[in-house]
Amino acid sequence: MKVPLSWVREFVPLPASLTADEIVDKLVSLGFEVEGVQDLRREIHGPIHVAQVLEIEEVEGQKKPIRYVKVAAHEERYVICGAQNFTVGDFVVLALPGSVLPGNFAISARQTYGKKSDGMICSARELGMGDDHTGIIVLNPEHPGLGTITRGSDAIELLMLNDIILDISINPDRGYAMSIRGIARELALGFNLPFTDPISLAPELPLNENPEVTTPQLEAGADFIVLRSIEEVDVSAPTPFSMVRRLQMAGMRSISLAVDVTNYVMLELGQPLHAFDKSKIVGNLKVRRAGKTAKLTTLDGQEHPLGENDLLIADDNGALALAGTMGGLNSEVTSQTRSITIEAAHFFPMDVAKNARAHKLSTEASRRFERGVDPQLPLLASARAIALLTEFAGGRYLGGKSDGAPSPTSVINLDPNYVSELIGGHYSHDVVKNALTSIGALVATNNSIWEVTPPSWRSDLTMKADLVEEVARIEGYEKIPSLLPPSPLSRGLTPLQKRRRRIAQYLADRGLLEVQNYPFISQETIDRMGFTGARARSYRIANPISEKEPLLRPHIVPGLIDTAVRNMGRGAKSMALFEIGSVFRAPETIPPPPTLGTQQRPTPEEIAALYASVPHQMLVVGILLMGDAQSDSWLGKGRSYGWHDAIGLAQEIIEVTGHQATVHRSDFTPWHPGRCAELRVGDFAAAHVGELHPRIIAHYGLPERSSALMLNFGALPVVGPTQVQPLSNMVPTIQDVALVVPESCEIASVIGALRSGGGALLEKVELFDRYRGKPLAENEISYAFTLTFRAPDRTLTAEEVASLRDSAVAAAANLGARLRG
Amino acid sequence: MPEDLSELISAAKRAFDQAANLDDFKNARLAHLGEKSPIAFANRELGKLAPNDRAARGQEINSVKSEITAIARAREELLITERDNRILIEEQVDVTLPTRNSQRGGLHPLTILRDDICDLFIGLGYEVAEGPELESEWLNFDALNIPADHPARTMQDTFFIEPLSTKLVLRTHTSPVQVRTMLDRKPPIYVICPGRTFRSDELDATHTPVFNQVEGLVVDRKITMAHLKGTLDYFATAMFGEGITTRLRPSFFPFTEPSAEVDIRCFLCRGESSDCRTCKGEGWVEWGGCGMVNPKVLIACGVDVDAHSGYSGFAFGMGLERTLMFRHGISDMREIVEGDVRFTAQFGVGR
Repeated sequence: MKVPLSWVREFVPLPASLTADEIVDKLVSLGFEVEGVQDLRREIHGPIHVAQVLEIEEVEGQKKPIRYVKVAAHEERYVICGAQNFTVGDFVVLALPGSVLPGNFAISARQTYGKKSDGMICSARELGMGDDHTGIIVLNPEHPGLGTITRGSDAIELLMLNDIILDISINPDRGYAMSIRGIARELALGFNLPFTDPISLAPELPLNENPEVTTPQLEAGADFIVLRSIEEVDVSAPTPFSMVRRLQMAGMRSISLAVDVTNYVMLELGQPLHAFDKSKIVGNLKVRRAGKTAKLTTLDGQEHPLGENDLLIADDNGALALAGTMGGLNSEVTSQTRSITIEAAHFFPMDVAKNARAHKLSTEASRRFERGVDPQLPLLASARAIALLTEFAGGRYLGGKSDGAPSPTSVINLDPNYVSELIGGHYSHDVVKNALTSIGALVATNNSIWEVTPPSWRSDLTMKADLVEEVARIEGYEKIPSLLPPSPLSRGLTPLQKRRRRIAQYLADRGLLEVQNYPFISQETIDRMGFTGARARSYRIANPISEKEPLLRPHIVPGLIDTAVRNMGRGAKSMALFEIGSVFRAPETIPPPPTLGTQQRPTPEEIAALYASVPHQMLVVGILLMGDAQSDSWLGKGRSYGWHDAIGLAQEIIEVTGHQATVHRSDFTPWHPGRCAELRVGDFAAAHVGELHPRIIAHYGLPERSSALMLNFGALPVVGPTQVQPLSNMVPTIQDVALVVPESCEIASVIGALRSGGGALLEKVELFDRYRGKPLAENEISYAFTLTFRAPDRTLTAEEVASLRDSAVAAAANLGARLRG
Repeated sequence: MPEDLSELISAAKRAFDQAANLDDFKNARLAHLGEKSPIAFANRELGKLAPNDRAARGQEINSVKSEITAIARAREELLITERDNRILIEEQVDVTLPTRNSQRGGLHPLTILRDDICDLFIGLGYEVAEGPELESEWLNFDALNIPADHPARTMQDTFFIEPLSTKLVLRTHTSPVQVRTMLDRKPPIYVICPGRTFRSDELDATHTPVFNQVEGLVVDRKITMAHLKGTLDYFATAMFGEGITTRLRPSFFPFTEPSAEVDIRCFLCRGESSDCRTCKGEGWVEWGGCGMVNPKVLIACGVDVDAHSGYSGFAFGMGLERTLMFRHGISDMREIVEGDVRFTAQFGVGR
């Protein structure tokens, strides 16, 4: 809300010595962020004087009309002027050489059109008084609200160009502060100054049952409404100058006297008002739901189809206005209007919020009603508006009618010691009482538990914690001490939290770089990846950022590919990326959520149902390896990442979790069907890993043989502390064997057979060579192993070792392996 | 066997002097100090002497042997030095050759920061609580005193999941983790909740639809706003350095009362420059929000709020991205989310 300080000063005597910065600091400490300070005195410098036009000479031979004008301020001088909207005898605004206009526009005497121009006659826009630049300002001595116009008088003061305007942002709980009344009250209590409530400007205008007054009728959405009618109004009367300027400074445009008055009162008091052309209202003026009423054209010319729960102002013929939000076109005050009905109501915040949201109309009125307007105001604000209208537009007050009654605020019981207990400083009973009184509350201190009645404009104060905030705020948050709470006992990170950290650290140490990708994905990508079944069943966002990516990722690899592609676009060639995060796979049916209140803790059954309504989200690690694992260097040729790097990392990650994986052939997408492994812990498929499908690699332009992994580490059970194996100090015996194996045979099973055949004394099986080619058959591969044998208690004899080796080889032979040569 | 063992000394000295390198030296040592050397022979002969001669002769042998040993040591030292000066110099390499030929790994700076913050609070006795990113509306909103028609629940801020009847949203803050914690365990509760959060803002220099928060929640007896302020001061100093404290400004959040915005002393100018670009001369920069947990929230979670026997609590929340930007001089949030390896690699695995 934009607040001209001069307007505030009308109700609180801010000393001239207070700087704008001090006022801003006070507002900030009271909880009002000041988003901007516009000091007009810094934007405009005199001398700028009122001058009278004495002679006009048209300069001949120019493309556009140019006048050479003799004007008189303190003295006579000549200026060039391009405007035509003035005549001899008019009073105009003359910026003299040496003056500066908004936008750092310095005025000096200059030669132009062959003449000496000794200043400038100003338009409204040039002075920062709105957008009007159709002509220069011609001052009307009859204009109400404008001071005395004499040659040479200071135009800066006359035109109110010396104000300071604060742009204050108002939190949603402080509707009362969306008014000069509210801001003045806050500054008064902040600086401990007397406050004059602007409602004292509202005259006592009686309501009566005059049948000519429009009759209000509340059906829904409001608890109080006041209508006041006035006839024989001169709607063409000008809006007083000071009112126009205040509206301008508050960021509103002057429209017409009737509209300006309602806006002015709204800014001053905080009560949105609406002026209807009384003759357009047929029957009673109702506040009701739209029901079957289909549409309304608002003031801005937009036609709005109505929802049945929209809150309307309506008459017997249909909708007149969207309640608390915007008036309708058909009942607005026009130049033909002779009689006006002013409507002032206390609409319920939620109804106006819904109206505004449903129709995307966030208006000055709706923003105030949503935050809460003083329910006592309709009576006073409507009287203030009628008084202003009759003062400036003539007319005769017909009377007023109301329906409903303002709802009273309820009493809050407060133990005054509670303030100190919750804040943690010392707030004496006097301090508490004074603070609450200063915000307008009634405080009954007869008992140890006080009865505090918040003022009518503070609908946000409903419980004692609200009162504590007010005391702390008015005393200043800077008075709150700084203490650490008592130190509790912590068990530190959970095993899963530790696991997540260790995996990340492990991968970073192994040369992988962590990324964090958005979890959004397109259906097209899901299809391209070849995900089907549960792996394709994602969640759709109702209102995605990008219509192209409305789904939540059911897999982590596509995001890694996107990031790799983005980096390749920036010149990167080789990358080893990992991401740890959630992936989202929707179950076939999601249990419906329970309907829960907030007045008490849900029952255990309700909590269980609540948790069940939030489907499980897998915590996974994903890896993408592409390009060089080691680059060519002076040491020799480098090497590229391949499927085996990815599988190796997968096994190592599983080891980090405390488990051991077995490796199995898989044909999952988006992997190469011949180069994909499933890693199992027990029967649980913990990871899929391998080389990406060539079609995926080609589509994204990734380096050949790029490999990827997704590992569901969150689902692996927590493993207890490692139990150490006894170490043997006996000398190990080494035996090498070369086995010829049919290529159809997976080497993991051969190694497994060697192990089981070798028994407990076979400590280690290491594959040190792999060979295919002559003299082997085409479908045969030779593997060379080093077998390490060791007993815990003795050195094995040559005979024992030979026999163990033979039984290891014999076990492998069962799978089709034979000893080579 | 010479009577005069001093001959052996001069012979050994000659042999060692003639040894031109360490190999010659080894041979000379074998000849003059080894098992078959004259001095070793003389030692073995000791047994044949008459007992009264033995002691004197033994002393003589030992003295000669140690003299030869000393000569040998001195010569060896010389030869080793000569070898070092010659051969090892010939073996020299260019140690400035580049040694790294594989990718440099690293953690995302948000991970490093999150872990640092968690460790800080674990040190204060907190535990780390986490929850799902896809979350129920009741936990994300209702339980936090954000009723159904609250503006924060509009489509403009929250990602809703279809069908809307599932009442699932991408959590807009990590506060539902606080609610889950209060439902799952009894006070005293001291938790820090880091995690990913979502709001439907377009990505620009200061907004991202997917961001990270870290929230703190304390529920215990006699917890005051002074404890909140103290905790935030401690946190700010740990994040931004000695002397960087916080300022609380009254504000509004549905889930806290009283509520406050948390500003930190401008870490750049420390409030001493009127034209500082970071704080725009205000001396303070906005960091997060906080307050005393609204009793309505405690009640919805079944926490006893009785003024005498019950609990009170505080909560605070900061954006991790914003904190990261402050700490590392990052001016554009897009750098954090785009996953450019050149950006992330600068952080390594943290310090």
